[in-house]
Amino acid sequence: MAAKQYKAIGEEAWKNNVEKVNAELFIFTYGSLVVQLVKDFEDYGAVNKQLDKMGYNIGVRLIDDILARTGIDKCADFHTTAEVVAKVGFRVFLNIAPAIANWSADAKEFSLILEDNPLNDFCELPPKAVQEGLWYSNVLCGVIRGALEMMQMQTEVWFVHDVLRGDDVSEIRVKLVKILDEEVPVGDE
Amino acid sequence: MTATHVQSLLKLDTKTTKRANMLLEQNVARPRREKVSLSAFAFVFAEIVRYSQNRVLGIQDLEAKLNEIGKRVGVRVFELTMWREKNVHRESRVLQTLVFLNTVVWRALFDKQADSLERSTESDDEYMITDNEPAILKYISVPKEMASFSPGAFISGIVEAIAECCQCPARVTSHVVPAEGMPLRTVILLKFDKEVMEREKRLEAGK
Repeated sequence: MAAKQYKAIGEEAWKNNVEKVNAELFIFTYGSLVVQLVKDFEDYGAVNKQLDKMGYNIGVRLIDDILARTGIDKCADFHTTAEVVAKVGFRVFLNIAPAIANWSADAKEFSLILEDNPLNDFCELPPKAVQEGLWYSNVLCGVIRGALEMMQMQTEVWFVHDVLRGDDVSEIRVKLVKILDEEVPVGDE
Repeated sequence: MTATHVQSLLKLDTKTTKRANMLLEQNVARPRREKVSLSAFAFVFAEIVRYSQNRVLGIQDLEAKLNEIGKRVGVRVFELTMWREKNVHRESRVLQTLVFLNTVVWRALFDKQADSLERSTESDDEYMITDNEPAILKYISVPKEMASFSPGAFISGIVEAIAECCQCPARVTSHVVPAEGMPLRTVILLKFDKEVMEREKRLEAGK
């Protein structure tokens, strides 16, 4: 089935077509970035926003990287999109594959369940950060939103649960708002 | 604050602690995961540079900012390395510290040794660690008008933190010194503090 096929594509690309770097260097660097943002903004809500924005910047560029490394085509429907995000996207960059769950009845919303989020390694949030609503890995939401927008899908993406905040699982919710027309945006020549 | 509010805060706290402990109680003797993609790192690093750039006025400030971000990484890398490497002791002499950086730290971070370790010919307290091809800087392109900017400031931050952890505090800077076929060749320059050099002299004399 299709699901298996994407799993294979993701794993194949990870194995043979991806340059790699020490995971801990990556994890510490991300952590240091978050610390910097907390110092600079002194407000966890603003940090969430900034992480999302940075993720978005990454997402719009990252999609080319994925297409180049895996040769996958445009997704036929939102179900396929979910498969590709989870099994190809996450695999190629972070070597994990979150589970897909909790589809809404209209098939426009799903959740990604991250059992193993590398960004969380070595991390403990201070109680204040938990109370004031820091989503430590919020960059992931921005990445998904940015990447899908490049595929003409306008989405809203947000964290629902995070183990760092005491939840049982980490869950990211992805909601399709609308399919964008493939026109040149106004003012863009 | 009402009693229930306090209670709910406490509850939240214990719950978080329990969960967080699951993450923290994992054994660190060996890395839990080996790799992520270089692109993932490069994307995040590019955002760090872009973000920092928007908050500073000049190249020097930008490098200082990257240095600061690198330092927090360095402290953690040091602790982890000391914990894992059975044959390495905490070094406190300059040369030992340099060799430790050049070999153990570089291997832990970049899977290879640094390409050279030299002493400056001009002054006794300056040493250079050279990496001919720093992989993590591969996807950073520096615009012409910022030619003197060295994104390796992030690496020099890591090095600075580790030197300090080794009781050999130094001022560490990074410089792009391209050579043929090696456009990203980066030299990490360590200038050890005066106290460190004086201590070295005393230790030498006492031998």
